[in-house]
Amino acid sequence: MSKRYYFDHAATTPLDPEVFQAMEPFLKDKFGNPSSIYQEGQEAERAITEARERVQELINAADSREIIFTGSGTEADNLAIKGIAMALKEEGNHIITSETEHHAVLHTCEFLEKHYDFEVSYLSVDSEGFIDLADLREEIKDDTILITIMTANNEIGTIQPIEEIAEIAAENNVYFHTDAVQAAGQLDIDVQKSKVDLLSISAHKINGPKGIGALYVKKGTKLLPQMQGGAQERKRRASTENVPGIVGFGKAAQLAKKRLPEKQSKMIKLRDKIINRVLEEIDEVRLNGPRQEHRLPNNASFCFRYIEGESILLNLDMLGIAASSGSACTSGSLDPSHVMLALGLSHEVAHGSLRISLGYRTTEEEVDYLLEKLPPVIQKLRDMSPLYEG
Amino acid sequence: MYSDKVMDHFQNPRNVGKMEDPDVVGEVGNPTCGDIIRVYLKIKDDIIEDITFSTFGCGAAVATSSMVTELVKGKTLDEALEVSNEQIAEELDGLPPAKMHCSNLAADAIKNAIKNFKEGKTGLEENDNAEAETAHDHH
Ligand code: FES
Repeated sequence: MSKRYYFDHAATTPLDPEVFQAMEPFLKDKFGNPSSIYQEGQEAERAITEARERVQELINAADSREIIFTGSGTEADNLAIKGIAMALKEEGNHIITSETEHHAVLHTCEFLEKHYDFEVSYLSVDSEGFIDLADLREEIKDDTILITIMTANNEIGTIQPIEEIAEIAAENNVYFHTDAVQAAGQLDIDVQKSKVDLLSISAHKINGPKGIGALYVKKGTKLLPQMQGGAQERKRRASTENVPGIVGFGKAAQLAKKRLPEKQSKMIKLRDKIINRVLEEIDEVRLNGPRQEHRLPNNASFCFRYIEGESILLNLDMLGIAASSGSACTSGSLDPSHVMLALGLSHEVAHGSLRISLGYRTTEEEVDYLLEKLPPVIQKLRDMSPLYEG
Repeated sequence: MYSDKVMDHFQNPRNVGKMEDPDVVGEVGNPTCGDIIRVYLKIKDDIIEDITFSTFGCGAAVATSSMVTELVKGKTLDEALEVSNEQIAEELDGLPPAKMHCSNLAADAIKNAIKNFKEGKTGLEENDNAEAETAHDHH
């Protein structure tokens, strides 16, 4: 295959070679079940303990036992929300979330509404994707048991005021869960400082393997397990452990922590180059999400007027560039991205969305190539559009 | 997910662009996802002498627009009305199921143009077709 330019790290990231190396023995010879008392099992058990400590360090948890490994970030979100809802259903049935959450959170909340009589408030966001803390305070009622708001948005990169939300939750004696799947490896996550109660992360967004995620659950938090079976993960998530996945996650977490300052400054520079150049060189384009420090370092999201996202993606793909869009035509459901609509964009504007997301190994040359190829693609499609009077 | 033929028509669309002075224009909007296809026709003695299109939509919408212009060019109006969305999809070696509705758009744009023509309209009158409005009804 000729050279590819991968700009979709918010979807998934390549496995780091060091992560693969760490995993390899556990995919081959070291096959033991960590629950077994003989040597093979104990070796696997030790590897998991070490990986757990590395994930603990990535988010600065007080105790490694606060980390539950799951099959994905989605499962971590499900476990957090359903686990709290089931544990506290006698105390209340009200949950607060936002309109721009990932589907793993939104659809879990909708499920609880539909099948278990929970009541869910969906906070709206402003034109840059921020929730309003006054709205949040207003929504809290006596029977509110959980607030779940993402740390950073996967489509538009908006970083929510997590510490303030945690404070409001604590004042009102409500649990606070945050989906930090996009934020991990990009922002300094410190659960002790931010005082969140539950936090979801996923390995494959930080150059780890797919099929492994984790939920941080602060000591003392009431949570009902959602998977019944063996005693794994201190009885909070039954299933024989995905040992290679966990080991890979541990390595990826260690690398992510070590690389964070370097990665952040490099990505911010490239991100701002993309944002500035696109806004300069292409007219009738909108930047989605905020600028600067409240935006994820790796995210640039735009809406180009008069054209449609899938057409942009197909054209870019032919030029070797991989990116993503929230257009209705790419969604499978034929609805435009709920995040774009929550920003107040019309269907027509949401149609022309394009997300560029950078990774640890993205180079300036790759960015330059993208910036050279993008404007003519936009123009070509506009020339084809009945809405464009060029 | 797309056939080579779809990608070919997407990459090198036939008869693409706005026409200087068409005899009639047809337009449809897709109520499902908000896309718009517009066709520009030159008609002489009930025969489609020339046709071009412009499309605001996905890869399948562009490819089906391109294909439909090839299929109806040189045909009589009655023949052109016979062109179905299944036929367009077939000529493109198939479309993914989620994209079949895009081929409706292309066929309907032709039908809309011919209807306008038969009613003595140009299709360029302000907001004269209901389909174009449905495309915008979410705003
Ligand atoms: S036109 Fe929107 S899916 Fe094809």
